[in-house]
Amino acid sequence: MRQVTGWIVLIVLVVFLIWSVMLIHPFGYPDVSDMDDYIIENSQEETGSNNVVAAVLFDYRGLDTLGEATILFTAVTGVLLLLRASKRKEETS
Amino acid sequence: MLTKIVRTVANQLILFIVIFGLYVIVHGHITPGGGFQGGAVVVSGIVMLLVVFGSQDLKKSLRERVLSITESSGALMFIILAFIGIGVVFFYNFLLGTPIFGRIPDFGSGPGDIWTGGVIPLMNIAVGIKVIAGLSAVVLALALFSGGEEVEE
Amino acid sequence: MMEHIPLDFPFLAAALLVGISFYIIIFKKNLIKLIMGIAMLASGVNLFLVSLGYRAGGNAPIYTDVPEGTMVMSVPQALTLTSIVINVAVLALMLTMVIRIYRHTGSLDSEKSRKLKG
Repeated sequence: MRQVTGWIVLIVLVVFLIWSVMLIHPFGYPDVSDMDDYIIENSQEETGSNNVVAAVLFDYRGLDTLGEATILFTAVTGVLLLLRASKRKEETS
Repeated sequence: MLTKIVRTVANQLILFIVIFGLYVIVHGHITPGGGFQGGAVVVSGIVMLLVVFGSQDLKKSLRERVLSITESSGALMFIILAFIGIGVVFFYNFLLGTPIFGRIPDFGSGPGDIWTGGVIPLMNIAVGIKVIAGLSAVVLALALFSGGEEVEE
Repeated sequence: MMEHIPLDFPFLAAALLVGISFYIIIFKKNLIKLIMGIAMLASGVNLFLVSLGYRAGGNAPIYTDVPEGTMVMSVPQALTLTSIVINVAVLALMLTMVIRIYRHTGSLDSEKSRKLKG
């Protein structure tokens, strides 16, 4: 029973994926790019850096980088918390 | 601990890996790269030291208290740099026009200059310090735990 | 008559990666294989995100010594960097949980560690 349900779900998902890939714009010719054109034109005088991707990461979209730094900090805290010696359990077992 | 040839080569190579990683971090606003990429390069050098020398020897050099303080100070520096320009907007680039990191490059292609970019190089350094300390603590904890002895309090 | 079928190669590769990872997640029982399937899913999504912003004949979006011509779109590349870092953090947490499960129950089968007992 589980095998049949699994195969039906998998085939439906793969057909949906391949069909929806055909409906995107052709590779290399995007439809709308107004925001990127503005960023490429004006990033050198507004932020003063030659690297447009670094200017987007730290100046135009700095809040996303703040969220990502928070996620990295939380993951490191979680890993170091889970891998500790539990002294009480080793004494009683 | 591996053989003597591997230990000698690793002792010589770790200097170049750390210098390359710091180069990628500091030049994040001129060339491709930045804080996260340079931090990953330095952490891969530390993983090489972990494989060559074993986790017990590395635990004496990289104490957990120093790594924790370094990571927290990197995160604090990032947030303080974002809060200084709160008079205009959050994450305002307040160093544009001042003599520290404040020059504006000419439009179009040209050789890059380090003293440009405003607050972006300082943020790259803060994120680089945070990534180096955090990921090396994770790698060290995983190696110590699977060796049979857990990280003591 | 059939014109050019709109199935370009980078989008098809990303869809195949996501499809194979769906097969692994549905049908495999080993915990380490499940984690590998999730990592493959992350790779497929990152590839799709980067290849959405390509312009034919464009250069890299860096102004240092760039040749003449248009530039590729730059915002999808920044979003992919964020996605890669988040996937690394989630993968590290998943691996430590698998280590703890192995120490507690003694096997890597996902059927055995499903019951809610102490």
